Amino acid sequence: MSSPPVDSPVVSSVPLIELRNVTCGYGDRVILENVNLTVPRGKVVALMGTSGGGKTTVLRLIGRLLAPISGQVLFDGVDLATLDTDGLYAARRRMGMLFQFGALFTDLSVFDNVAYPLREHTSLDDSMIRDLVLMKLNAVGLRGARDLLPSQVSGGMARRVALARAIALDPELIMYDEPFAGLDPISMSVAATLIRDLNHALGVTSIVVSHDVDETFLIADQVVFLANGRIIAQGTPDDMRRSEDPLVQQFVGGQPDGPVRFHYPAVPLAEDFRMGGAAR
Amino acid sequence: MNWLRPAVVGLAVRSKLAGIGEATRLFFQLIALAGATFGRLRLVVDQMFFIGNRSLSIISVSGLFVGFVLALQGYYTLQRYGSAEAVGLLVALSLVRELGPVVTALLFAGRAGTSLTAEIGLMKAGEQLVAMEMMAVDPVKRVLAPRFWGGIVAMPLLAAVFSAVGILGGWLVAVVMIGIDAGSFWSQMQGGVDVWADVGNGIVKSVVFGFTVTFIALLQGFGCKPTPEGVAQATTRTVVMASLSVLALDFVLTAMMFSI
Repeated sequence: MSSPPVDSPVVSSVPLIELRNVTCGYGDRVILENVNLTVPRGKVVALMGTSGGGKTTVLRLIGRLLAPISGQVLFDGVDLATLDTDGLYAARRRMGMLFQFGALFTDLSVFDNVAYPLREHTSLDDSMIRDLVLMKLNAVGLRGARDLLPSQVSGGMARRVALARAIALDPELIMYDEPFAGLDPISMSVAATLIRDLNHALGVTSIVVSHDVDETFLIADQVVFLANGRIIAQGTPDDMRRSEDPLVQQFVGGQPDGPVRFHYPAVPLAEDFRMGGAAR
Repeated sequence: MNWLRPAVVGLAVRSKLAGIGEATRLFFQLIALAGATFGRLRLVVDQMFFIGNRSLSIISVSGLFVGFVLALQGYYTLQRYGSAEAVGLLVALSLVRELGPVVTALLFAGRAGTSLTAEIGLMKAGEQLVAMEMMAVDPVKRVLAPRFWGGIVAMPLLAAVFSAVGILGGWLVAVVMIGIDAGSFWSQMQGGVDVWADVGNGIVKSVVFGFTVTFIALLQGFGCKPTPEGVAQATTRTVVMASLSVLALDFVLTAMMFSI
């Protein structure tokens, strides 16, 4: 089967990513239900929401690591479901993904991790690869860490190395899965600045999955809130701050109780502690 | 009797069939990737080093002790019939035809097989394989195939080392320790071991065992749950399934070779 030409020149009027009526799940469990989402080119779009709300699933759908039960996922106007393996790999070469914990190859040095996609997909000579890798590492501030192993760098540094690897092939789309999780305030600020700067400098489109309201609102052009498998709100960060949706208010305000309960559903407390009745 | 319900039986059969289908697909994928894999010979050589070279010590030491024991047991039996000089032939035939390939494969499953399963399983748990997919790199082609072919090449070489060291061990016990004539020891071995019928059979066996053990190790690692428990269970399954498969296949191959 031949693939549609995903390597064709970019048509700027077509959104880079579009989800049309997408329903998706694992087994019998539905994670996303009838989701429609458009990601414009050159923007930073943040996916926010409660844990298990389907944010990472959206990233996996865009990378075709997961197939929807129904609906279409379009990359540059092409339905990913219509692509064969070669076509899909051609599309993926135009994407970069930063995994939550970096997913660095533990047996390779920082340098070799960043060089990996270049060695796999190009026939550049060693000196050219060296220069490109050092440029990418310089962009994330880790040119001096080139000879270290992943086990010798901190969590924040590992994510920056992974970011350098993700931009090695100059992708049009970069997806960030929880780039701020578990970082100290300095690393978090560095990561946020990097995402914003890379977006401007490289002219890429970015999708950021995050829980961190302050940092994400600083860098996002558009915020999409997902809850219970549906988009419940979307707009600019200011729109979200003004939103009257109780779940968005709870999330943005960091309130412990609201539509999302602090306590997992359970039998009444009195029953569990055998107060005035039979207990299980 | 919940397990007798048609729905439960049906689900179990379906999941087993799906597992067999996935394993078959992976096997043919690895076979089909032979050309591409040997096209990047460096990757295969690296894996031969990791899989083969690092198993050398355990293979050599085991071969030596197996050779010692074979010579002692052989001498004990043969001297009753006045044929103690044939102990060299007995040691060589036992090692080349049977114990070399089989014991090497069992040790290989324990040493290299578990290492392969754990490595692939941990790469999966650390999202390294998914990261490769997202970099448009096929993990089957880049990670599994070089290990598969590296293991297949390494196994007969390790079996040859095992047999050679075992024969040396037999010589130490029979000639140096017991005092059997060295000329008889070597000449009976030279006269009684046929290159095609005996050494050839051993090579065929070790290649088949190489396919089996390496494939089971990779399949278990690639299909495991990406959790610490999942990797641990997959590693155990590798040893159990590979060992039983080697012993069962050894019987089948031996029966076929005798009929020839």
